[in-house]
Amino acid sequence: MRNAGQREPNVIPGFGITLGFTTFFLSAIVLLPLSALVLKAGGMDWSRFVDVIASPRAIASYRLSFGASLVAACVNMVFGFALAWTLVRYEFPGRKLVDAIIDMPFALPTAVSGIALTTIFAANGWIGQYLEPLGIQVAYTPIGITVALTLIGMPFVVRTVQPALQEVQRDLEDAAETLGAGRFYVFRRIIVPTVLPALLTGFTLAFARAVGEYGSVIFIAGNKYGYTEITPLLIIFKLEEFDYAGAAALGCVMLAISFVMLLAINLLQVWGRKRMMVSR
Amino acid sequence: MAGPSSHADIAAELATRPGAASLRATLVRWLLIAISLTFLGALLAAPLAAVFAMAIEQGWAAYFSSFADPDTRASIRLTLTTALVVVPLNTVFGITAAWCIAKFEFRGKSMLITLIDLPLAVSPVVSGLIYVLLFGANGWFGAWLQEHDISIVYALPGIVLATMFVTFPYVARELIPLMQQLGNDEEEAAITLGAGGWFTFFRVTLPRIRWGLLYGVILCNARAMGEFGAVSVVSGNIRGMTNTMPLQIEALYNEYNMVGAFAVASVLSLLAVITLIIKTLVEGRTGYRRR
Repeated sequence: MRNAGQREPNVIPGFGITLGFTTFFLSAIVLLPLSALVLKAGGMDWSRFVDVIASPRAIASYRLSFGASLVAACVNMVFGFALAWTLVRYEFPGRKLVDAIIDMPFALPTAVSGIALTTIFAANGWIGQYLEPLGIQVAYTPIGITVALTLIGMPFVVRTVQPALQEVQRDLEDAAETLGAGRFYVFRRIIVPTVLPALLTGFTLAFARAVGEYGSVIFIAGNKYGYTEITPLLIIFKLEEFDYAGAAALGCVMLAISFVMLLAINLLQVWGRKRMMVSR
Repeated sequence: MAGPSSHADIAAELATRPGAASLRATLVRWLLIAISLTFLGALLAAPLAAVFAMAIEQGWAAYFSSFADPDTRASIRLTLTTALVVVPLNTVFGITAAWCIAKFEFRGKSMLITLIDLPLAVSPVVSGLIYVLLFGANGWFGAWLQEHDISIVYALPGIVLATMFVTFPYVARELIPLMQQLGNDEEEAAITLGAGGWFTFFRVTLPRIRWGLLYGVILCNARAMGEFGAVSVVSGNIRGMTNTMPLQIEALYNEYNMVGAFAVASVLSLLAVITLIIKTLVEGRTGYRRR
């Protein structure tokens, strides 16, 4: 059992020094630089701030970043669930290999997946050549951006849903089927409610990652003015013009989105744990 | 029913179900497997294969000669240097943070965990931007740094800082749940029997967390070597000087030097594959799965 801490004195040494070092390092590397961003944007003239973050070009980029991330997260919710289900419930040749490569997007540099996706989805690429005759252009369109965002979000959904699916109480499924419930009814009434919190958490994680993504997107996006420009790219443009305040303003918008996402993820996890407790 | 069961248990149990071998169940099963594998093939396997195919498109000689380019060599050196500074520092931080979070109870602990994870939620571009705002020419410390002729942004220190930010949580995230799960009993026994703090850490704690630590370090290293967005903001993209490997990939790609770009990409992809192999081995050894 873990030491309760309050009851008996903890004999393990090093609390002060490890906590001190952690707090110091965290402040120096993470908190101080982040506050510089907020202060820089806060020091701006309010009307100028609004001008930057509400310019038509910026709004087009929010729409694109959010829209593509949302579609990508939805695609991942469907296919990620199917993948997790397949990996948890079925045995097939190569299952272990498939399970291992799910994490590939975590390990593969984003620039690499960016140029690779652009190559295979270009009009003459491995996959693009079959889509081109159908009139579907993927590379250099919002579809391409969505494909890249789907790739980087995929492991988040699979890896959160997998453990939840393992915990589905199969005796409950059996009981329901014995009582005459069909497979679909069991799926809808037993399996979906159990994994729903995990599925939504995975969805939010994938969405949050996608909104800020840069490396894998800019190659396949083509970066056409007001059409395939994502918000992080606009920050880069501002910096290239040495407009630090403008970059900070857009950076603040992105940071605020990150905080909202973090909050949503934490709330979803609390909700999931509560549901788990009730069902036990 | 308690706890999650292993895949083997679930598969064995499902096979005993009446109707498991029925035509419909078999059809559904193979259909789902086919859909999953197609999705994965198009999204993961194809790009990975494309990297290697493009790299050796014009033969092995062209592939190897792309590493003779002095700028590419400089980018490899810069990436290695960056990783060599960042990974040890973040490893020390990860161990320290995990020790204080897993071994002790204190107020504000969950807040601390959230703040450590914060860099994962921040866009890479913002991660680079914050250092430009601090140390850039118009930044907080910009004037002072210029006076003393120190360059941070558009130089190695900026690249190191931005990389440190994005890889900040990796080791801590692996170790915290692992050490919490292992508990304090063995360390308490060692201390009570008179062992010192360092001795206890190296002889009692470290052997038990080494696989999780290895995985955290490997993942931190993969991200450190592959980071693109954050580094691209602080690097200034000076060829042969401040281009890391991912930035060199971009530069070569933009000038249509496909073999060169994909050759560098193939090295990073190989690193990713090795990372995944180590991860799979580590999981096999500990039975511990990262969530």
